[in-house]
Amino acid sequence: MLRLEKRPQPSREWTALSPLLAVALTMLVGGILFAILGANPFEAIRTIFWDPIFSEQFSGFTRPQLLVKAGPLILIAIGLSIGFKAGIWNIGAEGQYIMGAICGAGAGLAFYPSDSVLIFPLMLIAGALGGWAWAMIPAILKTKLGTNEILVSLMLVYVAETILASVASGLLRNPDGMGFPGSRNFKEWDAAFNSELITGTGMHWGVVAAFIAVIAAYVLMSRHIQGFNIRLTGEAPRAARFAGVNPTRIVILCLGISGALAGMAGMFEATGPAGQVSIDFNAGYGFTAIIVAFLGRLNPIGILLAGLLMALTYIGGELAQLMLGLPGAAIQLFQGMLLFFLLATDVFTNYRLRLTKKEAV
Amino acid sequence: MNRRTLLATVAAATIVSTAAWADDAVTAGFIFIGPVGDGGWTYEHNQGRLAVEEAYGDKVKTVYQENVPESADAERAITQMALAGADIIFTTSFGYMDPTLAVAAKFPNVKFEHATGYKQADNVATYSARFYEGRAVQGHIAGNMTKTNKIGYIASFPIPEVIRGINAAYIHAKEVNPDVEFSVVWAYTWFDPAKEADAARALIENGADVVLQHTDSTAPQAAAKEAGNVITFGQASDMADYGPMPRVSSIIDNWGPYYVDRVGAVMDGTWTSGNTWDGIAPGMVGIGEISDAVPAEVKASALALKDSIASGEYHTFTGPLKKQDGSDWLADGETADDGTLAGMNFYVEGITADIPN
Repeated sequence: MLRLEKRPQPSREWTALSPLLAVALTMLVGGILFAILGANPFEAIRTIFWDPIFSEQFSGFTRPQLLVKAGPLILIAIGLSIGFKAGIWNIGAEGQYIMGAICGAGAGLAFYPSDSVLIFPLMLIAGALGGWAWAMIPAILKTKLGTNEILVSLMLVYVAETILASVASGLLRNPDGMGFPGSRNFKEWDAAFNSELITGTGMHWGVVAAFIAVIAAYVLMSRHIQGFNIRLTGEAPRAARFAGVNPTRIVILCLGISGALAGMAGMFEATGPAGQVSIDFNAGYGFTAIIVAFLGRLNPIGILLAGLLMALTYIGGELAQLMLGLPGAAIQLFQGMLLFFLLATDVFTNYRLRLTKKEAV
Repeated sequence: MNRRTLLATVAAATIVSTAAWADDAVTAGFIFIGPVGDGGWTYEHNQGRLAVEEAYGDKVKTVYQENVPESADAERAITQMALAGADIIFTTSFGYMDPTLAVAAKFPNVKFEHATGYKQADNVATYSARFYEGRAVQGHIAGNMTKTNKIGYIASFPIPEVIRGINAAYIHAKEVNPDVEFSVVWAYTWFDPAKEADAARALIENGADVVLQHTDSTAPQAAAKEAGNVITFGQASDMADYGPMPRVSSIIDNWGPYYVDRVGAVMDGTWTSGNTWDGIAPGMVGIGEISDAVPAEVKASALALKDSIASGEYHTFTGPLKKQDGSDWLADGETADDGTLAGMNFYVEGITADIPN
């Protein structure tokens, strides 16, 4: 008989192995799904995982797009992972992302059509502050009133979406847009446009910021005393308190970092790839980043790889829709499987299977 | 052999070469905002795509991508379609406007058709339908049918197209029922069954016995059915499954003829950019069967209204009309010009709500 037995220590091998196993299982079950839908499963898997990087026809365009898609995911996920390590669950990065975009774009548009070099840095700061301030609401409510940050941050996403709809059709609306909603297009305004730094690479400031965040988070979590405090708070809250760690400060710090990074991501996206603040401009990065954070084991390097993998499934999934006529829902299912199998294989990090003999009756 | 297995076979056959589509057929691509099974807006665009396949058979190949958000993702989806070798690409939602223009600039040999936008280029044409003509007929039926004199309206986004619809429905409801009141709920989505159902329930709870919708799912129909004595109208698609009650009629978008025409123009090399805005007369806007839940005389007058719009004898926006703030808009007998309609950002007199901004 098979039985799950708790391990005395989480297994290091399984921690590293489970994401790889999850990807393999996703390919296997996804392949079966695609076959049932009438597509050649090998062709489909190849289109999703191989073509965006290596296909002659597409890769010239899709390879840089991987960075464009992964940049905000990584940036947000890094912020979230710091909080998650401390047991602070910011589920509302999507809202902070939206507020960052609104504040960043708004700060710039207030000076339209200035061509000062200070415009873009100003927008960046405003974007980070916008996301930070939005994250401070659950932080302060949690520390002062003991509310649950999961609920508050999540509900604030819907508030942010409503504010976005309002400013896109009012305050920030393009005055030359014939009454249609949506801000001015930043691609037509050099001083504020988050352009590709090297043509054809997809590298914009947001991608650079994501890489910097990966390094900074690595240093913070493994070399800095605050990183130690954060981990301690998550793993042993009582011990942390005895060690003199102030839980209020940790909450403020973690939500603040994740909010500011999500806000920056929103600002980079609005002024770069998206080009404008429009009613529907948020595309779920804040939620997908939660998956990326866990897929990357809350580890900065892991998140970097997970973000790129997630971007690959998005872009490859689009190609599979386009070239093989697979329905969009099948691709979403495929992405969902990835998290499902990760959580499933994660069981083996903390438990092991034991074969037990049937006991004599 | 269905289309998917066919495509897979073709793709498998060309597994070595990277270009998966044959070059002798013209390829028409479609970018969709919702799923093709939404039963409304995207469903009808997909019907148009199927009409193209039907019309040209082997000479055309169609591809589509569904659920494409109006974000940075749109530009990528359109670019990939162009890279894959599409000859003409229809982008079927307003938010694809700037992405379509941006991609079009990079692919001068590919033709682009953007639905409901206002920016054109040498290789970007725009097209839309005069849905407001259908709204007039809806408003006429709604004004006649309401007993509580409260009409609920589920609006998507405060853009001219939606505001035109509200005005057209209101004017023609008011014409037959001076006591009628409109409550507008802004859902800020084109397709979100849960939100749409909530909006419908809220309107019904507040006494509305007619619910009009400018969102794409059938959820409001289901909510009305659940509530009982409430009538609705199919949006974008006939939504006949919900007839004869609550769905008493519908506005049907009929894109097929336009798509067939434009793809044909690409085939014979006569495609040129332009702006098409067709209504009931050429058949781009259809009025779905008016069900028996509507009294015969109301049905007859509604059809008469439809015919007078189709023949050009009557314009949906004919003066005297005032704006909401009481200022004059159209003098007696004057009709609205397309420019004003295209950018309409005001309510007509009598609507009590404000346009959110």
